[in-house]
Parts: sequence; C-alpha cells; structure tokens
Amino acid sequence: MKTFKKGGVHPQENKLTNDSTIEVFPLPKQAVVFVSQHLGAPSTLVVQKGDKVKAGQLIAKAEQFICANTHSPYSGTITKIDFATDFTGYKKQALYIDVDGDEWLEGIDTSTEIIREIKLDSNQIIDKIKEMGVVGLGGAAFPTHIKYMLPQGKKADYLIINAVECEPYLTSDYRLMKEKAEECLIGIEILKKALNVEKALVGVESNKPEAIKNLTNLAKNYKGIEIVPLKTKYPQGAEKQLIYALTKREVPSGKLPIEVGCVVNNIGTTQAVYYAVQKNMPLVQNILTLTGKNVKERKNLLVRVGTPIQSVIDYCGGLPQDTGKVISGGPMMGKAISDLSAPTVKTTSALLLMSEKESLRKEETNCLRCGKCITVCPMGLEPIKIAQLAENRLWEDTEKTYAMDCIECGSCLYTCPAGRPLLDLIRVSKNHIGDLRRQRAQK
Amino acid sequence: MALLTVSGSPHVQSNQTTKKIMWTVIIALLPALLVSIYYFGFDALVVTLASVVFCVGFEWLIQKYILKTKTTISDGSAIITGVLLAFNLPSNVPLWIVGIGALVAIGVAKMSYGGLGKNPFNPALVGRVFLFISFPSKVAMSDWPIPKPMFGSSITDALSGPTPLLALKNGEAVNLWNMFIGATGGSLGEVSAIALIIGGLIMLFRKVITWHIPVSYLTTAGVFALILWLVDPSEFIHPTYQLLAGGMLLGAIFMATDMVTSPITYKGQLIFGFGCGVLTIVFRSFGPMPEGVSFAILIMNAVTPLIDKISSPKRFGY
Repeated sequence: MKTFKKGGVHPQENKLTNDSTIEVFPLPKQAVVFVSQHLGAPSTLVVQKGDKVKAGQLIAKAEQFICANTHSPYSGTITKIDFATDFTGYKKQALYIDVDGDEWLEGIDTSTEIIREIKLDSNQIIDKIKEMGVVGLGGAAFPTHIKYMLPQGKKADYLIINAVECEPYLTSDYRLMKEKAEECLIGIEILKKALNVEKALVGVESNKPEAIKNLTNLAKNYKGIEIVPLKTKYPQGAEKQLIYALTKREVPSGKLPIEVGCVVNNIGTTQAVYYAVQKNMPLVQNILTLTGKNVKERKNLLVRVGTPIQSVIDYCGGLPQDTGKVISGGPMMGKAISDLSAPTVKTTSALLLMSEKESLRKEETNCLRCGKCITVCPMGLEPIKIAQLAENRLWEDTEKTYAMDCIECGSCLYTCPAGRPLLDLIRVSKNHIGDLRRQRAQK
Repeated sequence: MALLTVSGSPHVQSNQTTKKIMWTVIIALLPALLVSIYYFGFDALVVTLASVVFCVGFEWLIQKYILKTKTTISDGSAIITGVLLAFNLPSNVPLWIVGIGALVAIGVAKMSYGGLGKNPFNPALVGRVFLFISFPSKVAMSDWPIPKPMFGSSITDALSGPTPLLALKNGEAVNLWNMFIGATGGSLGEVSAIALIIGGLIMLFRKVITWHIPVSYLTTAGVFALILWLVDPSEFIHPTYQLLAGGMLLGAIFMATDMVTSPITYKGQLIFGFGCGVLTIVFRSFGPMPEGVSFAILIMNAVTPLIDKISSPKRFGY
C-alpha cells in the first residue's frame, strides 16, 4: 500500500464518532463572525453597524491578492462591530449578529438537489470560488482560488485531493465521504476543469474502508478520478507527504506543490467548491466533529460559521467535569482553545475535549539520545539537534539544521520517551529564524 | 470551571517513557543473571546486588548532597549500570572493589557530566576499566572462577582457571557448547551466549534497541576474524570462538547499544558498530591482553559526536 517516504507514527486512532451521521446544528440566537477568516491580507468590511443582513450576503471583501471574501452565515441585524477574542486568545475584528430567522440571499440554491452539469469555464470557476470566499478546509484556510491561478510557466499534471484524515479522533471528512460523496466528486470535477488537468488522485487512509468503497463506486461515473487507499500512518495527510505517497514526487524544500505539477486541496474544500459553483452558496458552514473520551454525546455536526464554541459543547451534553483541555482540530496538530466563548470559523473541523489527565504531558527527563525523533521525522530532520541549539539560544545554528523545513506534525514530541518539548523548541527557533531573515532582508 | 490547559501541539504522546526503557533493559539482563547464578552460585547474586546498591546509592547521595537536585534514581538507569558493572567482574571479586568501581562509574563517568543522557562514556565500562587497571590481581583476566552448576557435579575440581579467550590464546581447546550455554570461566554476565541473545531479542522486540549496532558490530568482528584466521589459523582464533568468547556478545548487545553513548542515527550506528568490531579484533589479536571489547567500545564512545556530525539522515526535498 502506498505511503510517504520516511518517518511517521501511529497514534491511537480513537475515531469515536465514525458512526454518527451529520446532524444540523440549530442556529444560535447571537453569533460572532470574524471579518477575516483566512490566511493572508485582511478583508475589507462592507457593512455597518445596524445593517440588516441575509444569510450568504457579502460582509467583507477581498481587495488584495492573497485574501478571501467573508459572508454572513445568518440573517439578522449587526448589533456591534468590535474586536472579539478568537479561540487562541487573539483579538480580531468581528461582527456581532442578532440572528433572526434563516432568510438566504436571492440566487442561492439551498435545496438538496444534486446539480451535475458544470456550466462555467475555467476562469469563471476560479472567479466564482473567489467570490464565494472558499478557503482550504484542511486547516490552513488558504484562499482556494489562488492555488488555481498558476504562476507563469507552470503546468499542473495532477489535482490531488486530501481525504486522508490522518488525525486521531476526527471523522468529519469520513462522514462527508459517506454521506455527501457525490457532492465532493462534482467538486473535484469542477476543480479539475479549473486546473485543466486530466487526472485527480484522491488519497484516503486504509482505516476508512467504507469511504473508499463509497467513493470508488461513485467515481466510476466520473472520468479521471482515482481513489487511492493509503497506509494508515501519521502524517499521511501532510501536503508534501501526500504528494509523495500518490505520485512519488518530492516537493523541493521551500517550494510549493506546483513545482512538481500538483495542486492539493482537502476533500472538505471540494464540497465547498461544489456549493459555491453549482449552488451559488458561499462558504458559511462546515462539518465539525465534537468528540473526546468523556463527552456524553459525541456528534458530527453541520455548524454555521460564528457559532459560539460553548454552545456547541452544551448541545452535546455540556463540558465534562474533569475537562482539562479543549482543542480545535485533532490532537496532533490542533490548537488548544483558551476561551470557549470564542466562535467557530470556516476551518473549525473538530472540537476535542480532553480530561485533565489526558491534558498533561509526560514527565520530562534528560534526553537519552535514543534517536526516535529522527526516525519518525517525515522531513528527515534531526529534531533533537535543533532543540538542543534552541535551548542554548543559538538561532543562527538552528537555521543551519534546517528547522525551517519542519512541518510541525508533532511526531517527534509524540514519540519522545524523555518527554522533551521538541516541537515547542523548533517552533521558537522558526520564529527567531524568521526574524533573522527579515533583518537580513532589510540590510 | 477550572482553567483550561493551553499548550502547543501535539496534545497526545506515546506511552514510551525513559523509565519503561530502563526497566525493559533490566528485564533483558535477567536471563544472563540467572545463568550466572546457576553456574557461579550465590556469589554472583551477591556481587550483582552489591554493585546495584552501590550504584544507586552513590547516585542518590551525589544528587542529594553534592548536586542538591531532584533524585532520579527511580528511572532505573543506575540499576542498569550496577548490573552491567557486576557483569564485567568475576564472581569472586571483593565487595569493596565493587564499591570503588561503582563510585567511578556513577560519580566520575555519569554524574560529573550531568547524569543520565549527558555522559559521553558508558559508565559501567569506565568503572570496569578503572578496576582492571587499578587492581589487576583482583579483577584481571587470568584467574577466573570456574563455573559450578547448582544442581549436579562441577565440571572440574579446580576453583579457578583461565577464560576461554586466554585458553585459546594459549592454544588450548575449548568446548563450544559450554561457551554457548555459559558453562565456562569469565566475568559474571558474559559467559552465556544464549542468555545474552535472549536479552537482546527482548530489547529488540520491545523496540529499546535496533539491530544496527549489534549486527554491524558482530558482522564486522566475525568477518575480520575470519580473514585473520584464513591468513594464519595457527596464530589467530577461529571467528566462531571470537564471537562467542569473552565480552563480545555482552558488549555488542548491552554495552555498545547504550543509546546515550552511541550515535543517534542508523547510519551512525552502523559506522559505530563497524568501528567496535574492528577495534575489538585488533585488540584481541595483536594486543597484550586477551580481551578488547571494553576498550573498543570506549574509544568508539569518544568518537560518537564526530560520527553524529557526518551521519545526518537524508532530508526530504533536497
């Protein structure tokens, strides 16, 4: 079975919500929608306090290159425009909306009817994706349309769809592939057309046999979409690792996938593209797995963007007594949430509740030089060397140990028997290297 | 509500810990210890226990009264040093000598560098070499206790005799089967090939060691010894004896694989094993002493940082 080149770990899968069908989460009474919800330059606000908005209405416009539109997920009144705390504790500009019914903007098809025929041409598709504020739902929230505007002289051979879902606990992509596979496949067709490629490769980990079966059956009706089962190994879903597993092509250090003729998007994004292009619906909702060993009612939910995290937890039986940590995303790469009143964003694909005991790291000892961190690093780095240099604040030397190539998958910290904070130290190094590079550029 | 923990990813960790690794090694050492007790009697147990008590005790005293840091004796690493030091000594060694060896191993070779993980040399080997040089008459290689099975009659009536390596060097015949099961003279823990191999398999299976160092060490030593033997069978020892006799297996399986003092990458480990193999056979064949494992490993320990420098893995995307 295909897999990536080197390294990797196999944490306990804990896919506890595999069997719960996607449930529509009721609309909140009040919602907080961040003006910018993507990676890149901030969007420009186009509404004012007191405005009445409809669901799907543009509220912030992309005016710079790497930027994305934001739409209102709700119909209601904007009561306040202020800074709100996001789940990581940062203050960001947001709209406070008093939700009133569920009236969508005209022209948006909210029916469940499947529309197969693709009427738009390549450029129109890209414009539509941009207009509808679609961003990468794999986690990075990179504006999707930019990936399809290829730099001069570059040509794509493959569209690669990341349906790996290698993070433990997460099941939103799995449920999507079981329940909405056809929408995803049409989304893939659209992206293929936008990119002008013959072939799309969909990588799915072998621990999702039903998703593979379902997709493979439906893909027979589409030309050039191949569903490829991949070995269950973390980080199979890391972009460079996935490209290698599917095409045996190695993205050079510091370069983008297009360098080896690939464009990668998440399976969740393909559904968003389907809605954007076929149904004229902006990206205002996503599937979210609420899970954790102590959670009373674990669920896969269809949640509108801007729903307070606390209300999602309350809907699933409330916060368990001994909760020590709440994570947005999976346990390997997710971010710990500092404020439960923060709202969900376009890329909130999971909320993982961990008990106090699970939240604690193992006891730290001196490094044993066992070399496990090197064995598991999928990028062929030596995490312990970078970490030792970082402990001694030798930032220039960390640059020479290729710290910038780290993809922050966390395999090193996961595997370290001595409980060394390897990834934390590498992250600090990367920040310092970034500073050093900026200083050099100024000179 | 209690405060939430906020920390960087990943939020899960494997269940492997330093303590588990150390205790696995201790368990892997047990077969050799049991064979040793069987052949050398309770002397073997007494020497091993004394060595462990000395090592753990010195580590505790040094941390508590000199370094004034948290004690880490529960991680089990001092126990391993204690057992390995005893394994390198004859069963009739006076206990005060064991104590001195433990003080050098723990005090000098381990704690003075900063404790577990910081020591460049294998502590047990430093202790053993110190004793070997300081008290040649007590722990030297000529006069080892003869194995005497607990059940059944002894192999000879003598109380002490030469080790197989010395006998071979003097041109005497040695029983290969006895060397395999451990019914032979030698240091406490090195005599039984089968027990050491079982221990090695336990560590391999529990992923505490990888095959790289033992295989490259033993293969190199075997091939090198074979070449020498083919050149002059009357002068050099047969490779089978080289591999089974003396501290070769104890060294290749338990001492050279010490993760703290060996290279971190597989590539480096193969180079390390190769160096150990060559040096061991050189010392054994051309040196004044019959044994060469300890010195070979200590020298390779010294070049480990250099090996680490040249054996980085291939990076992705270059």
